[in-house]
Amino acid sequence: MIWQLDLAVLTLVVIVAIGSIMVKDLLGAAILFGAYSFMMCLLWTVMGAVDVAFTEACVGAGVSTVLFVAAVFRTSRRTRD
Amino acid sequence: MKIIGLVIAVLSGALLMYATVDFPAWGDPASPASTHLSPHFIEKTMEETSVPNIVTAVLADYRSYDTMYETAVIFSAGLACFVLLRIFQRKEPGERLYRHVLTGVTVRVKEGGKLPPSDDFERIDATWTPPDLIIKTVCRLLVPFIQLFGLYVIAHGHYSPGGGFQGGVILGASIVLLAISQGLRTSVQRLREKLDAILSAVGVLIYAGTGALCLLLGLNFMDYGALAPVLHCDPITARSHGILIVEIGVGVAVMFTMIWIYCNLSSTGKYDEGL
Repeated sequence: MIWQLDLAVLTLVVIVAIGSIMVKDLLGAAILFGAYSFMMCLLWTVMGAVDVAFTEACVGAGVSTVLFVAAVFRTSRRTRD
Repeated sequence: MKIIGLVIAVLSGALLMYATVDFPAWGDPASPASTHLSPHFIEKTMEETSVPNIVTAVLADYRSYDTMYETAVIFSAGLACFVLLRIFQRKEPGERLYRHVLTGVTVRVKEGGKLPPSDDFERIDATWTPPDLIIKTVCRLLVPFIQLFGLYVIAHGHYSPGGGFQGGVILGASIVLLAISQGLRTSVQRLREKLDAILSAVGVLIYAGTGALCLLLGLNFMDYGALAPVLHCDPITARSHGILIVEIGVGVAVMFTMIWIYCNLSSTGKYDEGL
């Protein structure tokens, strides 16, 4: 892969990971975590681990985001700490 | 407390970063992992199992014991969600609300009252909100294609990336999409809770049962070559078919566990309205 693109994706992974723990809105955190999974999926595709990337795309970015959103809807949307 | 946590996280992170210095270079052919096991898998997989996708062969054949317990872990996660969240309401609420689908009129039925048997009425809750027509229609059109793709991913795992786990998740996601767009009651009417629970256990049973069958036929646990006389083919093709059978088991277990977890989570165990 072009190293500039690689660097951009890696930087985004770090930013999104920090953002998903720092953000106060839990729904936003769930969506950011989905974005993190998608970036990791891109990285795995680049490294040639297509099976892992596939799993990450459907489990990490797909179903687990839905489960997080469902849990947020049934509890509270703002974190207390 | 927060500062202590931050210090611990940064310290362990730095330690892990330091440990990566000792790693062999990425793709180094002289690293220990690439000198013993990987060449065997790369050279022998095709002649031993006749499966072109090495990842599938490693996951479902060479290391199938590991994958069997992964499936069992997923089933246990579904079971744990059920035990923690499920609430059984012994008594039906006194009043029930029904909606006439064609006209949108809501009917309130008092305790003991009954509606004439008809398909025009659907049961709703007090918090019911009207679903958007566009979302409802588009999701209904998408679901069959998503399911077809899920089946393709399971069946084509021998030749391309994919397999039981990914295909099962996609199949489960299609039902979750149905539950989100049409309401949880609609999807639960099509796939009952009991069916979810039984089939997620059946998936694990298919996997473990295939392994046990190999044991009964005189070879090691999970050595699918033993299935050759049952499937009427040579042992190498039998290993390929055995992989397909356990992949189907994984797919069934994962699909129904995902639906089971979603139903329990989104309705907090009451199985009424959902999201």
